Amino acid sequence: MHKNIIPFGPQHPVLPEPIHFDLVTEDEKIIDAIPSISYVHRGLERLVEKRDYIDFVHIADRICGLCSFMHSMGYCQAVEQVMAVEVPERALYLRTIWAELSRIHSHIFWLGVAADAFGFESLFMQCLRLRESVLDIFEETTGARVILAVCKVGGVRRDIDAETLKGIVNRMTAMRSMMEEISNVFISDYSIQHRLSGVGVLSREDAYTLGCVGPMARASGLHLDMRTLGYAAYKYLDVEPVVESAGDCYARCLVRIRENYHSIDLIRQAVEKIPEGPVEVKVKGAPNGEYFSRVEQPRGEVIHYVKGNGSRFLQRFRVRVPTFSNIPAMIKMLKGSELADVPNIILTLDPCISCTER
Amino acid sequence: MMSEPQEIIPIGKNELVGRVAEFFAEGYRLVQICCTTLKDSYELNYSFDKDYHFKNLRITVAPDEEIPSITAVYHNAFLYENEIHDLFGLSVKNIAIDYHGTLFRIAISKPFSIENVKLPEPPPPQPEESKQDTKVVTEHPDGQEPQKA
Repeated sequence: MHKNIIPFGPQHPVLPEPIHFDLVTEDEKIIDAIPSISYVHRGLERLVEKRDYIDFVHIADRICGLCSFMHSMGYCQAVEQVMAVEVPERALYLRTIWAELSRIHSHIFWLGVAADAFGFESLFMQCLRLRESVLDIFEETTGARVILAVCKVGGVRRDIDAETLKGIVNRMTAMRSMMEEISNVFISDYSIQHRLSGVGVLSREDAYTLGCVGPMARASGLHLDMRTLGYAAYKYLDVEPVVESAGDCYARCLVRIRENYHSIDLIRQAVEKIPEGPVEVKVKGAPNGEYFSRVEQPRGEVIHYVKGNGSRFLQRFRVRVPTFSNIPAMIKMLKGSELADVPNIILTLDPCISCTER
Repeated sequence: MMSEPQEIIPIGKNELVGRVAEFFAEGYRLVQICCTTLKDSYELNYSFDKDYHFKNLRITVAPDEEIPSITAVYHNAFLYENEIHDLFGLSVKNIAIDYHGTLFRIAISKPFSIENVKLPEPPPPQPEESKQDTKVVTEHPDGQEPQKA
């Protein structure tokens, strides 16, 4: 049969950021997909040459808008580990609360974008309305809505008072019921099920051998969640990876919906257990050593590698982002799928090109 | 402080594919390949994970040395290997999907290579006395008398 190559992206209605695929098709079926990235590669990793390890947190914060806090937390953890800095417990809890809020805000945003992609525009609006309340909490507690800039080497820059913490839990409880309404549409709507069920199936074995991480891996039945490592305050909380087994677009959607509820529960637990005390310690000296910090971003495991030689400027900073790790699995899913399903398959990966083009 | 045990195993370049195949047979997943520019060589860390046990194979190569691809064992390594080729200028032999230098669209060639990266100078070793002097100045910038321990 005659083969056609159809270019998909870098500009496409379902893609907020640029990534490109050459889709090799036979009739309407994809037989191969060749990805192209780096349309907006920034080379942020090399900025360690110009910013000392304390200032560099601000660069790490700016790797991505949706995962801003996760990047700064991962970077700080790596440096703190190298320098053997004991971060105060209260700061670890605050980091956990902001991290889980970031996860909720990212997942709701994804749900909205996914709804828009399969033609459910009113659902997109509802999701983004819900997301606003998380952004409002960010603004009240950090002074910013996107780049939070609240994490620092040795702790966090701001404390949250008990009253505000209680308010956050109350707002999360109210949000939960609104979330249930929206989630019910995703879970029960016939057209959504029809559009996503059985589409872009990734087996458990493929997910593992292709290095899949995050909701992609968990939707294929892998119990892979870096929060179980116990970084920040997760060691004090009941973390249970949300796992589905179908491995299709619908399962990936379900994982993110259920993770929203789990994140709300983790925030409640963290607020109940947060101890009093300082939120930062003074850091002296410079990092001399190396460490791979592993953190669970909304999209999966992210690795921040730092290596220092005792200078205030790091020798190497490297980020391995989840999207980069999930691309091989995406190619696998695209092969054999229908051309009309490509946007949904790509979207259920939740590609973050901003992270990938660090 | 949370500390995840992390193992780094230095090996020779010629052992790489064999050791990687052993990891694959033991059920490890490839987490990443991380390249670091040193003064006159490159350090490559091949990171693996199984049940949250994190292990790294480390090889050190000269700029003109060819690295064997591990894509025959872990297919997903092709992105990392193309990245290493494009950003560091290292040559990786037999990559399953070889972009031949077109994966990264970059303004300058091999931006992370030895010629381009400016490595920080490690601080000179200081005698014990002068270290204490520095500490006193840092802790008492307003000129107060330092407290003795």
